[in-house]
Amino acid sequence: MSVRHAMLALLSERPKYGLQLREEFEARTGEVWPLNVGQVYTTLQRLERDGLVESDGNGEEGPQKGFRITAAGEQELARWLRTPPDLSSPPRDELVMKILVALHVPRVDVHAVIQAHRRYLVELMQQWTRIKEDDAGDDLNMLLAVDAELFRLDAVVRWLDTAEARVKRAAADGTTAWAGQASPRNQTRAPLPRHRREVGTRR
Amino acid sequence: MSMLELRQVSKSYGQGSAEVHALREVSLTAGEGAMVAVMGPSGSGKSTLLTIAGTLEEPTSGEVLVAGELTRKLSRGAKAQLRRRVIGYVFQDFNLLPGLTAAENVSLPLELDGVSGRKARVAALQALDGLGLSGRASSYPDQMSGGERQRVAIARAMVGDRRLLLADEPSGALDSVNAEAVMRLLHEACKNAGMTAVVVTHDAQLASWADRVAFLRDGRVVDQTAPAPGPESLLIAEPNQ
Repeated sequence: MSVRHAMLALLSERPKYGLQLREEFEARTGEVWPLNVGQVYTTLQRLERDGLVESDGNGEEGPQKGFRITAAGEQELARWLRTPPDLSSPPRDELVMKILVALHVPRVDVHAVIQAHRRYLVELMQQWTRIKEDDAGDDLNMLLAVDAELFRLDAVVRWLDTAEARVKRAAADGTTAWAGQASPRNQTRAPLPRHRREVGTRR
Repeated sequence: MSMLELRQVSKSYGQGSAEVHALREVSLTAGEGAMVAVMGPSGSGKSTLLTIAGTLEEPTSGEVLVAGELTRKLSRGAKAQLRRRVIGYVFQDFNLLPGLTAAENVSLPLELDGVSGRKARVAALQALDGLGLSGRASSYPDQMSGGERQRVAIARAMVGDRRLLLADEPSGALDSVNAEAVMRLLHEACKNAGMTAVVVTHDAQLASWADRVAFLRDGRVVDQTAPAPGPESLLIAEPNQ
């Protein structure tokens, strides 16, 4: 989440005060991403340093200091909106790691591990759904932000479902390699394609 | 009182080496006003669970109680009456009769139960109105969108004094916005009208509308969600740096 560009977007409407920017940021993101005052002022100072916003210029920091976007700031905002975020390399996902590791740890039931994570994710989704039901009303920003979170969690649940089905099928076919490192299939497996070995990690 | 209680329900088909265990000692309770989701992949026993809960099939062993009545002890006629008066079904493909209007589809179960045509129609119009479909009473299924058709099917499942809704992938044929609308309706029917709903689905987003989610794997309930701590716990998280 780029707080920097969110500030530029808010200032593209009209000049605003720092405190106002914080309140509007939280309202626009459906209060899903709280922001502290320190983050707001640090971000504004950097934007000003980079010539993307201008302040009232009276030198006094505080809630009453006004900010406005510059022409360079508007260009930067337009460029950012159209630039896809870098999704080309998979993130180092802790949950994926845990399942992959669980396959090889003796006396660990990978299905139980998968289910523990699935239950946690569905419980989280229930909480987000309650927000949608009870608090969101017609607040489009909040609905979109909550939807995004629900779809993200849903994708993880679906990956777990698929992982479980694959593990089950592999066990039925006798091709599992967990714990039994001597599996002939495991020993003769071809090396990963180069591009997969070189997969970078974000974060 | 529990509207639905399954006690150690097992169901198997076939015999000997061809025997298939669809359900194994499933215990599940849904109280009045509760919405329970049963989540599992294809072949996990979800639909069998629903047909047994709806008294359409007998368990091989175990007990089923609907509205406190032990269904095993009911005569065939009494069971049919329970199905007509207490239990409503919602299916993925709506199962509306194409030659009947929305109002006629909704009033049909009441008329089959001996309610006069006029009274059944009044009840049907009320049910449709409650789901925001009063303007569609005279429309035929093929004149309605998928979302509207499923709302008619829900009205049909709720009409009369029915208190237990059994839904099998009720929004499986709908896009995500219409699917959400259907789940919202089912949840409101539980919260506001005191209905009890059991929804089987493989979809976590739909299941997340339920108060409780039971996970079905290979015919067994292997786990269920804990009661939610309340949505506020998500909104006071520390900001990400």
